[in-house]
Amino acid sequence: MTWLAIGIMGLATWAIRWSFLGLIGDRPLPDWIRRHLRYTGVAVMPGLVAPLVLTPAEGGVEVAALAGCAAALAVGAWRRDAMWAVAAGAAAYAAAALL
Amino acid sequence: MSPFARGARDGAPFLFIMVPFGALFGVIGTEAGLSFEKVVAFSAIVVAGASQLTTLGLAQEGAPLAVAVLSGLAVNLRMMMYSAALVPHLGDAPPWQRAVIGYLLVDQTYALAQARFEDAPGWSTRDKVAYFAGTASYVFPAWVGATAAGALLGAALPDWLPLGFAVPLAFVALVAPMLRTAAHAAAAVTSVVLTLALAGVPWNGGLLIAALIAIAVGAEVERRTT
Repeated sequence: MTWLAIGIMGLATWAIRWSFLGLIGDRPLPDWIRRHLRYTGVAVMPGLVAPLVLTPAEGGVEVAALAGCAAALAVGAWRRDAMWAVAAGAAAYAAAALL
Repeated sequence: MSPFARGARDGAPFLFIMVPFGALFGVIGTEAGLSFEKVVAFSAIVVAGASQLTTLGLAQEGAPLAVAVLSGLAVNLRMMMYSAALVPHLGDAPPWQRAVIGYLLVDQTYALAQARFEDAPGWSTRDKVAYFAGTASYVFPAWVGATAAGALLGAALPDWLPLGFAVPLAFVALVAPMLRTAAHAAAAVTSVVLTLALAGVPWNGGLLIAALIAIAVGAEVERRTT
């Protein structure tokens, strides 16, 4: 890794994040686009996490990770709060790893 | 509670995530032969752990640097969708604020903001910007600081710390509170099924295709159910 590569990567990553927010600004968006944008988070993040826990590694799917994610999902959806989700996920992971 | 304090409080649990994840990157970066300054600058300038690990991993395997950097950037393309999703909420903030938000727009800050903004229709743009700044107030220093700690401590970190589990736990904890309607759940299930089915697509393309289809599914379910 060179300093130039780090700099280019930082600049390009910033441009990706700034893109729509910076260029569209306060121009009004049609309702159908706004309706689609509401689902961005729930459409991207489950896809990020699924391969991490559901794709078998060398030792097979890790049971503790599955248990931790299941607990975080259930408690997070119920309490609607990330703090509870993190606590439940960590506790379930630790319990499953110790058993 | 002020919007900034609210954001800081909502971002606080992610200290437990960013610290192990940042430390993990610090350890891996140092083991890959990067200097302390470079490892820390990498986290502070790029601020995107998954893409940093991708780029570093490929460079380690001997891929050309341009390929490694482009692959890392492909991992970050999803954040263009985050940028678009925040336009209805933060689009009329001053240009310099939008530029700073672009720098701090990571999975955690985006997901917390999206969830909160939908719950708080009465907030002004100013309130929303303050909330966003609050979510970043712990997450960003923790990310950079933990990278530095990991780079310094390296192999001294205990083996039993499950650093790797921090990443999936973070995403589940971010998504779960967003699952408020059948439309959200439908989008999430579509995302999981399609990403697994498209795992062979290069350049992280499977995730992007899956996400675009999942967005359409969520919007269509909303249209039919409301």
